[in-house]
Amino acid sequence: MFTPLRKVILIFFLTLIAGYISLPKEVSLFGKKFIRRDINISYGRIIIQRNFDLVLGLDLAGGSHLVFEADVSKIDESERKDAITALKEVIERRVNLFGISEPNVQSSSFEGKERIIVELPGIKDTKEAIGLIGQTAELIFAEIGTQEEPDFFKPTNLTGADLKKASVTFDTQTGKPVVQLVFSQEGGEKFADLTEKNVDKPLPILLDGSPVSSPVVQEKITGGSAIITGEFSLQEAKNLSIQLNAGALPIPVKLVEQRTVGASLGAESIEKSVRAGLVGLGMVLLFMFLIYGKLGLVANFALIVFGVITLALYKLIPVVLTLPGIAGFLLSVGMAVDSNILIFERLKEERGKRQLIDALEVSFGRAWDSIRDANIATLVTAFVLANPLDFSFLHTSGPVRGFAITLSLGILISLFTGIVVSRNLLRVFIREGKR
Amino acid sequence: MDWMKYKKIYFAFSGLLSAIGLFSLIKWGLILGVDFKGGTIAEYAFEESISTEEMTAKLEDVGIDVASVQSTGEMQYIIRMAPIDEGGKEKLKTVLEEMTKGVGGEELRFETVGPSIGPELVKKTFYAIFIASFGILLWVAYQFRSLKFGTSAILAMFHDTFNLVGLFALFGYLFNAETDFLFVTAVLTTLSFSVHDTIVVYDRIRESQKRYGGTLYDLANKAITETMVRSLNNSFTIIFMLVALVLLGGSTIKWFAVALFVGTILGTYSSPFVAVPLLVTLDEVSKKLHLKK
Repeated sequence: MFTPLRKVILIFFLTLIAGYISLPKEVSLFGKKFIRRDINISYGRIIIQRNFDLVLGLDLAGGSHLVFEADVSKIDESERKDAITALKEVIERRVNLFGISEPNVQSSSFEGKERIIVELPGIKDTKEAIGLIGQTAELIFAEIGTQEEPDFFKPTNLTGADLKKASVTFDTQTGKPVVQLVFSQEGGEKFADLTEKNVDKPLPILLDGSPVSSPVVQEKITGGSAIITGEFSLQEAKNLSIQLNAGALPIPVKLVEQRTVGASLGAESIEKSVRAGLVGLGMVLLFMFLIYGKLGLVANFALIVFGVITLALYKLIPVVLTLPGIAGFLLSVGMAVDSNILIFERLKEERGKRQLIDALEVSFGRAWDSIRDANIATLVTAFVLANPLDFSFLHTSGPVRGFAITLSLGILISLFTGIVVSRNLLRVFIREGKR
Repeated sequence: MDWMKYKKIYFAFSGLLSAIGLFSLIKWGLILGVDFKGGTIAEYAFEESISTEEMTAKLEDVGIDVASVQSTGEMQYIIRMAPIDEGGKEKLKTVLEEMTKGVGGEELRFETVGPSIGPELVKKTFYAIFIASFGILLWVAYQFRSLKFGTSAILAMFHDTFNLVGLFALFGYLFNAETDFLFVTAVLTTLSFSVHDTIVVYDRIRESQKRYGGTLYDLANKAITETMVRSLNNSFTIIFMLVALVLLGGSTIKWFAVALFVGTILGTYSSPFVAVPLLVTLDEVSKKLHLKK
């Protein structure tokens, strides 16, 4: 067994490590800049790499949160799940091809409503992103109808699914951006048949049901490639090629929710919450000292250990920190001292009955029941809110979850610091004091 | 101290509070934010001050259904309106550029929530409350080997959440406090905090019961006396954090912090003055029923 003194030393080292991890990337100290290094160890084939930066949510770092609802009315109940998975994959491919770093695409289902949630960090101009993701982009080659109905488009079996690749090039004559299509083996054969059948006739290309270009076929084309000329801007051509490469959406979607936060508002929120947190923390520390004196100092030390370990864990897990998440953290700071208050109040009672050392042990023992029972009740609620098993009938994303995760983590760590840290500190101090 | 002697006063106070809440809810209701009823919120920072009336009028001219334009500090404005799509957003930008001689404003945030999101949110919240309450009821009933303990803890918890919602209807009327996604979170936190505090008192009752025995009435008085200082001190530390958040935390989470603050006070109050008196009353009633048999 470890003696209390050894435990205190262990806690001290743990705090030092956690303290190092929780430092910001750059610290200025006495005019000197100190840069915190991340782990980057390679030993033979084992490479450990870990960066210790806080992961900030969209509301703090800036970015867009888009929610699309899938129109599943035409899809059989039994096929819905597969269709949504396919839809999510296509959207993921589109977002990745668009070149956004660390996008997050998830699906959510609630009472027959199927949604896709897309989070795009750093993207402020959502118009393009919404167009890129939201458009079905179903490409169909059509034939012109008969003499009686010249405006009628007859869709063929040659579609976007027959493409191998789409890319943006420029028309050699007009210099305008065009989208070049390269067909798959089978697609190329279909295309050859189609052009053979339609020499001297237009062969319209339909995108989501409306024609984007309608070239007239000169001769049978066997090369397996075609060009869509339309009145595209460069960006539109790029987006179309991304959409064609990623594939058409298997189900049409529409945007139902959009939240965009600029980076400056996020930075302001961080600054304000940090200031509020420091002021609040200062008041708590002062209060504990004024009420409990030396004991209060021990509790304060435990509270600081709590803060440092919590921050380090946020970085290690990592927890995506949002504004409600910060509020959850601050609330857990307020709650973290509760276990110490419970113990100290107990100690006041027990002091009258027995020796200090015994009174301390008894207080810890008796207060533990309260602390455990009370915190488990809070954890029950926090777990329902955090919904770690992703039940679809509970909140699966958003502020409620961010708050619950930091709150539950805070409670768990406060159990450790409130009991283990302050208990051993007190044991050591009181025994050393006796000698 | 004989706390339980004044049971009726506590019940009367809680009754009055609930009546005020109920009245506010019926008379004014909650001011629902875009999260619930759908709509668009856009916040902009400009380089100069702008007349909010003029902005409202101009936006309405281009067909945007404006609910309010509000200044939130130095040259920052929040525009609330019926949900607009990308086309509507273009119109909005054009109007803003017109008003600032082509400069436009910096878009701080832009949120559009479709009308279908709100009802879903409410449902999910009710499921969450239901599951959490049931879990807590089971836990308390198991720990204290008594459904009476569990029931009165849950009733006190509902007392706190209901009064928080009721008071927010009043705050909505008095200070325009909006009910949004974060408010829901605050309600759920109050739920857990309320039980947290109640369990600490219950625990004392259980401990004294094992060691000294006696009537629940006396045990309850003893437990309240013993936990009163702890309850107050713990609430103070939480309140310090929350007051700092209310005053310094910025406009986005101000009302959230207020809600947590009110919830903390209610949760602290309800443990000795609602949950325990209810427990004692339940005990008395069940004893009377036993006697009649």
